[in-house]
Amino acid sequence: MEYLSIFLDQVYKILFLLIPVLVSVAMVVWLDRRVWAFVQKRQGPNVVGPFGLLQTIADALKYIFKEIIIPSSSNKVIFILAPIVTMTLALIAWAVIPFSATQVLADINVGILYLFAVSSLGVYGIIMGGWASNSKYPFLGAIRSAAQMVSYEVSIGVIIINVLLCVGSLNLNDIVIAQQNLWFVLPLFPMFVIFFISALAETNRPPFDLPEAEAELVAGYQTEYSGMMYAMFWLGEYANILLMCAMGAILFLGGWLSPLEIYPFTLVPGPIWLILKILLLFFLFAIVKAIVPRYRYDQLMKLGWKVFLPLSLIWVVFTASYLFYFKLLPVN
Amino acid sequence: MKISRFLKTIFMADFASGLYMAVKEIFKSKKTINYPFEKGKISPRFRGEHALRRYPNGEERCIACKLCEAVCPAQAITIESTQREDGSRKTTRYDIDMMKCIYCGLCEESCPVDAIVQGPNFEFSTETREELYYTKDKLLDNGDRWENILEANIKADSSHR
Repeated sequence: MEYLSIFLDQVYKILFLLIPVLVSVAMVVWLDRRVWAFVQKRQGPNVVGPFGLLQTIADALKYIFKEIIIPSSSNKVIFILAPIVTMTLALIAWAVIPFSATQVLADINVGILYLFAVSSLGVYGIIMGGWASNSKYPFLGAIRSAAQMVSYEVSIGVIIINVLLCVGSLNLNDIVIAQQNLWFVLPLFPMFVIFFISALAETNRPPFDLPEAEAELVAGYQTEYSGMMYAMFWLGEYANILLMCAMGAILFLGGWLSPLEIYPFTLVPGPIWLILKILLLFFLFAIVKAIVPRYRYDQLMKLGWKVFLPLSLIWVVFTASYLFYFKLLPVN
Repeated sequence: MKISRFLKTIFMADFASGLYMAVKEIFKSKKTINYPFEKGKISPRFRGEHALRRYPNGEERCIACKLCEAVCPAQAITIESTQREDGSRKTTRYDIDMMKCIYCGLCEESCPVDAIVQGPNFEFSTETREELYYTKDKLLDNGDRWENILEANIKADSSHR
């Protein structure tokens, strides 16, 4: 009986986290399309629900009722598993995101490593989908995607080391609390920029959406997918983008901390601040999609390996020496 | 690489200016309209769905001269006529195959009595092919429905004819 109550308590907590995340994924798709349209002086989706907010719900309903086509030459088990893996990995990472000092599902000591590991695993969903489709375009898209995500993960990892040098802990709550006096976006601004661009590449967003470059690869790894399976890839992608935004907000923008510790700001609870910061970053994601052309593949690789990796490594040395010289290294 | 170019690349000056422009564009007025709810302005010469007009007393204008049938480059119009008891010649059949029609407006121009006209309506999609074989009844019905606009359009365009 006791086990059951603990189990139910956990399930309740998980649902309380996941349902808002899924709803906000739907809203964020709307925001993305709307911002994109506004930059291009279009209206964007504005018919379904107030301001078109329910557009994604309508789209998802459409996908649910569409036929799922499984190619006869595909590896069926992996083909079906791929979108599930993408979606699951995009959602389980939210377990460690702290919404305030106490509101965190799993307050583990290696939170940032867990987050990094899960976001790296995301590439498996894409590779599985591309390979199991047993068709040209998905395969090429999956290869590209794998290469791209692996390359940019390296620089994201090094950027995380930069932050960890300043914090001295892998716990996400500690990382947030360490920014009480100064958000890391100010001292580590170049790293924030590189993190943002790498996050764009990591989530296959324009200008790095080569895996699904429609001009050359139809829809990349999603080509053979239809109906709800396609929708799961699509929602998983946006959940991943939100996750990357949350990661950026926690690492650089002070997570759930309010911008200034003075009266009117302290009234607003921590989760609201975190959501506002995630939305700010997502707005940047959306606007970048509208203003930049797509990278060529070799340029993308060059940017990842020859620019970002050396730059972030140099910055690690710089940060470490600075902290060491001025005796600012965190001591536990 | 020039120094200035290098500095621009390092500080992402081009990206920043692009971002600034994008944010500026967000607040400008939209160039598109909410189509099903608001519609764009249509010229009086617009060549949309066909209509057969009547005189104010309810008599059909068409005198079955078959000029439109002859001029139609797509041969979309089929006319059969008969003589009425009062001696006037009227159509018994006036069909337009809307799928053949190329909306060139020659029928409208050739008509000596402004009977066949192309109105402002462009939203007449159907779910079956058969519904697009327009008969005389359908065309006359269109004429009755759009008469106010059709008359105004012909008047507005008359000085150019």
